[in-house]
Amino acid sequence: MLKSKTFLKKTRAGGVVKIVREHYLRDDIGCGAPACAACDGAHAGPALESQPRDQASSLCPWPHYLLPDTNVLLHQIDVLEDPAIRNVIVLQTVLQEVRNRSAPIYKRIRDVTNNQEKHFYTFTNEHHKETYIEQEQGENANDRNDRAIRVAAKWYNEHLKKMSAENQLQVILITNDKKNKEKAVEEGIPAFTCEEYVKSLTANPELIDRLACLSEETNEIESGKIIFSEHLPLSKLQQGIKSGSYLQGTFRASRENYLEATVWIHGDKEEEKEILIQGLKHLNRAIHEDIVAVELLPKSQWVAPSSVVLHDEGENEDDVERDEERQLALKTAVSEKMLRPTGRVVGIIKRNWRPYCGMLSKSGIKESRRHLFTPADKRIPRIRIETRQASTLEGRRIIVAVDGWPRNSRYPNGHFVKNLGDVGEKETETEVLLLEHDVPHQPFSQAVLSFLPKMPWSITENDMKNREDLRHLCVCSVDPPGCTDIDDALHCRELSNGNLEVGVHIADVSHFIRPGNALDQESARRGTTVYLCEKRIDMVPELLSSNLCSLRSNVDRLAFSCIWEMNHNAEILKTRFTKSVINSKASLTYAEAQMRIDSAAMNDDITTSLRGLNKLAKILKKGRIEKGALTLSSPEVRFHMDSETHDPIDLQTKELRETNSMVEEFMLLANISVAKKIHEEFSEHALLRKHPAPPPSNYEILVKAAKSKNLEIKTDTAKSLADSLDQAECPDFPYLNTLLRILATRCMMQAVYFCSGMDNDFHHYGLASPIYTHFTSPIRRYADIIVHRLLAVAIGADSTYPELTDKHKLSDICKNLNFRHKMAQYAQRASVAFHTQLFFKSKGIVSEEAYILFVRKNAIVVLIPKYGLEGTVFFEEKDKPKPQLTYDDEIPSLRIEGTVFHVFDKVKVKITLDSSNLQHQKIRMALVEPQIPGINIPPEVSDMDLNGSGRKKRKLDK
Amino acid sequence: MAGLELLSDQGYRIDGRRAGELRKIQARMGVFAQADGSAYIEQGNTKALAVVYGPHEIRGSRSRALPDRALVNCQYSSATFSTGERKRRPHGDRKSCEMGLQLRQTFEAAILTQLHPRSQIDIYVQVLQADGGTYAACVNAATLAVMDAGIPMRDFVCACSAGFVDGTALSDLSHVEEAAGGPQLALALLPASGQIALLEMDSRLHEDHLEQVLEAAAQAARDVHTLLDRVVRQHVQEASILLGD
Repeated sequence: MLKSKTFLKKTRAGGVVKIVREHYLRDDIGCGAPACAACDGAHAGPALESQPRDQASSLCPWPHYLLPDTNVLLHQIDVLEDPAIRNVIVLQTVLQEVRNRSAPIYKRIRDVTNNQEKHFYTFTNEHHKETYIEQEQGENANDRNDRAIRVAAKWYNEHLKKMSAENQLQVILITNDKKNKEKAVEEGIPAFTCEEYVKSLTANPELIDRLACLSEETNEIESGKIIFSEHLPLSKLQQGIKSGSYLQGTFRASRENYLEATVWIHGDKEEEKEILIQGLKHLNRAIHEDIVAVELLPKSQWVAPSSVVLHDEGENEDDVERDEERQLALKTAVSEKMLRPTGRVVGIIKRNWRPYCGMLSKSGIKESRRHLFTPADKRIPRIRIETRQASTLEGRRIIVAVDGWPRNSRYPNGHFVKNLGDVGEKETETEVLLLEHDVPHQPFSQAVLSFLPKMPWSITENDMKNREDLRHLCVCSVDPPGCTDIDDALHCRELSNGNLEVGVHIADVSHFIRPGNALDQESARRGTTVYLCEKRIDMVPELLSSNLCSLRSNVDRLAFSCIWEMNHNAEILKTRFTKSVINSKASLTYAEAQMRIDSAAMNDDITTSLRGLNKLAKILKKGRIEKGALTLSSPEVRFHMDSETHDPIDLQTKELRETNSMVEEFMLLANISVAKKIHEEFSEHALLRKHPAPPPSNYEILVKAAKSKNLEIKTDTAKSLADSLDQAECPDFPYLNTLLRILATRCMMQAVYFCSGMDNDFHHYGLASPIYTHFTSPIRRYADIIVHRLLAVAIGADSTYPELTDKHKLSDICKNLNFRHKMAQYAQRASVAFHTQLFFKSKGIVSEEAYILFVRKNAIVVLIPKYGLEGTVFFEEKDKPKPQLTYDDEIPSLRIEGTVFHVFDKVKVKITLDSSNLQHQKIRMALVEPQIPGINIPPEVSDMDLNGSGRKKRKLDK
Repeated sequence: MAGLELLSDQGYRIDGRRAGELRKIQARMGVFAQADGSAYIEQGNTKALAVVYGPHEIRGSRSRALPDRALVNCQYSSATFSTGERKRRPHGDRKSCEMGLQLRQTFEAAILTQLHPRSQIDIYVQVLQADGGTYAACVNAATLAVMDAGIPMRDFVCACSAGFVDGTALSDLSHVEEAAGGPQLALALLPASGQIALLEMDSRLHEDHLEQVLEAAAQAARDVHTLLDRVVRQHVQEASILLGD
């Protein structure tokens, strides 16, 4: 190996320091073609196909490999990712340039390269003896790289010719650079632009739409008029930010008004946290979430945020003047006091573009290939895309990526990425909500699946190391019906000394997911399993979640057990943790377990065990509540699905049984015991969960609301809150207590994961526990896997690894987990909302009783207990005369034309589905009782209209 | 701007080597006539010169003399022009003192000091150009110089550094790889017996990986031995031809 190296010096002079680096050239780098005798398989891993299947290109009908240059890779990654494009040679030169210029695209290209199916090969041309070139005098780095790419392409063609004379394997250079292409053709290398090549692929016409449109020349000809001022270069922006003349912040577009946005200034200064940007020119092509630099305007030009709702409805692209008119209209209605710091965007520091979901608004001209795309998120401007399949894409949800926003264009340019499906289809909508909430939901990659245990799986000698055999115990699991990822099981038995032994057995997921491998990284990224109404997005592959880790009955399963010795007063005498093997005797549902406990006839082992658990759980719960744990309430609904169509046919609020709280009690106990243990062992890097106490101001709304019903809620401690909630009963209004608890839930803070070394407040407010963690659901939460690993190290059952004891890494993990949990929650809510819509779509218009939860200035928020559905009743509508509204903040009440609404008042509302906006269908509620003239619809209309559509109803309103 | 990629997916390092490959080594013995022994070594861009005097009588304070073995005195220095930035490096600064001590430990383990009681052996090493692995280059140069001086040793002392990136051990780190800040291990080995004369490590490395890195460093040290052995044999051959004629 050594003698094959030639020694060369590569000098890079810059500034003061002269860096001398060695650069070895090799003769053992393979070309990637498997049939090549000269290289003799010197390459491992993914390689090219020996006979590239014909890609049916009309430009080059013979078999060929592709060799793209850097810009093609950077801009046309969507095309390259398409399964139709295979057999591509990625040069090291190209890869390095991509790496320096765009990290996300680098990651994408690496994923593509690792995909065996795609046959991408990375050729290390910079270290190859025959393809390395030195920078010549007067040649800049870019030209040198272009030349390096050409040299490599030429080498490849000659090399492949040597391989076999008869089959005409060729390498085609793909470049969008005209000069580069010309030079390549001169040197005898077949070269095409990306557009030419993709267009020649007659078998895949849909690829053309995925081409990013970068042909700037064509745009310039069409509309030479420059709309926006130029963005300043980064160096100037940095200078400006340093000197204070510009401010750096995150751009947040307004949902209501497309001509308005705010910029959140980064930094600690409290004042001028938010800068208002108004008008198309001042927005200067910034898109929601971009990091921008803004310049403050002089005070004389400051404006107030407009209260007008403005949606960008311009069909034509040349209606900039009209936008300006609208802008003027905004400015006139301003009172002096409302003026806010106003600025304009001078430059973009970092674009935060991602692919956007939305729909196509087809151009009016039939033959036109340019269309506007309207994103689902109203904060994103419309995007111009070029497509030939507009008619097929109409009425579909699609994904579009932004390519750029030239100065002379009213809208950013983008290209079509993916067709998700029909609007309103369940699969499509689910896909959209997963994408919009950033929930990773792609099928697990081959790399991830390769770390799964091989089937058929059985417990081996090796697995039994450090593991206790608990198969003889009478363990059973209690879960909701239809649950396939059972991660906990319980047992309880009497010991010879009269005490009780209680065990909580948790699936030993960390046994299968070893730290650092692809499976682990993917689970860490996903963070949690997301439960949607009819679908589950698994955190770990199904083989683990529903089979090997799931503690199903009558099979041997690996578990992590937490075993207590308790006396009959549920006091813990001894706690023990161990890895174990269990064999669950029964998987019960909550209802089945409840039945067993209640029925006197049953006296088998499982039932006695359940009774023992139930008895202890009651004592534990009492103790917990005495300490001040809160019992809160949130309206939770469950859909009854049609078994065939999976459409929701009924809605029901979730029912709670004694057994639910029995399982919960022991899970809490296990979590607390584990939290204590890992914190004791790893005081600096235990992963814990805390629930901060809410600031007193959060409770104001609850206290005020209760006061209006002559009840007092004390909020100084969790204990007093819990007590006063218990006492807040009203004999003639039994639902009031639940309503108060729902309100109390809204006052709470979010519980979060954190690393014990980075924080000193561990208290869990809601559970009234000084320390808490998550241990009991490792199948669906990544936090639990980390806790399992920590605990395993603490009891000496497993070995540690560096990331586990690095508190910065751990706190990064916590950050991701908190984000994923939040997003999963939002996605779940969005899914419930969508199914509620489907439900009411099929049901038509219904009138239901509801309670007022909040009173707002121009609306009331109501809760319908029957469906657990919350909605807002607006009293101001666009095309109607405004009613007389008087809002009183002190009592929370709203007076409308003589009728007063208080919190908790009972009203009757009509529920309809508003589908006027196809992208945002929503549930609309209107008041039926009490009657206020001019506001609500008379009840008989709603009865008559019971089977009508939402549109019909609004016609009647007029 | 992304940092440098120390190890590409294809398994190549920044300078084109694979993980276990050494840089090009060139060495010469007997470069100075006045000294008892001398050697010059190039390991890639790292260049070091070693000069040995002795064994001779104790210089300076006689009280330093050891009754049962020879005193090994090592001095390390590096040239002002050895790094990218030109910098005066005074004698006796912390870094060179430490390096001197390490060299002394290494050679006390390798030289049969008990053969020369109450005497002194001086080893002076100067780094002319530093591009990573200075300690290793110094040890290798000094080994050759000690041999050139004809001082009996147990074995060659061969040294090499190793690092750890993305689950792979890299041997013979260059300056760029050292500067990246990962764990770094320097190993001086007596290759015939496999005994370790010195082992030093910077920054944290999980103990599970230590064995892998250590093995990489040891293998590299054995490779160095093959090369140094070849240099010594060639030198002896040349010398014998000269003497014979």
